[in-house]
Amino acid sequence: MSLDRRHFLSVSASMIGALVAGVALPFRLLAQQARPEAGFAATDLASAYAALGGNPEPSNDIVFTSPEIAENGAVVPVSVVSNIAGTTKISILVEKNPNPLTAVFYIAEGTEPSIQTRVKVAQTCNLYAVVEANGKLFSASRETKVTLGGCGG
Amino acid sequence: MASPMRIRATMMNGATEVKVLMSHPMETGQRKDSSGALVPVHHIKDVVAKHNDKVVLQAEWGAAVSQNPFLQFKFSGGAAGDTVSVTWNDNKGETRTDQVTLR
Repeated sequence: MSLDRRHFLSVSASMIGALVAGVALPFRLLAQQARPEAGFAATDLASAYAALGGNPEPSNDIVFTSPEIAENGAVVPVSVVSNIAGTTKISILVEKNPNPLTAVFYIAEGTEPSIQTRVKVAQTCNLYAVVEANGKLFSASRETKVTLGGCGG
Repeated sequence: MASPMRIRATMMNGATEVKVLMSHPMETGQRKDSSGALVPVHHIKDVVAKHNDKVVLQAEWGAAVSQNPFLQFKFSGGAAGDTVSVTWNDNKGETRTDQVTLR
């Protein structure tokens, strides 16, 4: 008896969920749920932030490392370590790239919110690390000077 | 895409540090080849890293991640005999998975 009721409840809950999801997920929200395609296509920082969910507030609890001067803009090592509890997402943006949003990392439970990678930086500008923790957005930034542009141009 | 990823997974203090070097041109679509034509966009779009069957990291990338992408991250746990696998998919529908066994 209790098994039937549980089953019925779970089926109806998922049906209601699907209904709500179908109705209440218009384009913008859908973009946030799935791959932030719109974010990667954004050509300016403000639109990229919007696609990530809003403007982040600066935080001293993000350790963001990038070279002060990058000799080769095609290969700029960056490191983001978030000391903010509950970090679930780390994004890297390069302000003056044609498309600022460069990478988004989803941190699973049990994984350290620490990412090291290499990105292309087209010209001297600010790099931003945006951390999402408990639904809120935080950021840290560093200026990286580039002597040889990173887009092959 | 023929070249396998180089994955190094090292266990340390109850965690496993993973370093991956992927082989991919990561073309932004802005570069011109020797004949002056634009080289079309070709880059990894997403990456999934797993420890045994558990997803430990997912990433979505634009074209501005450097060519032959390097990625380093760390997750807690990991014991000898476990597998760490990394899969990427690119914008042309190509995909590659490589894995290592911890020891």
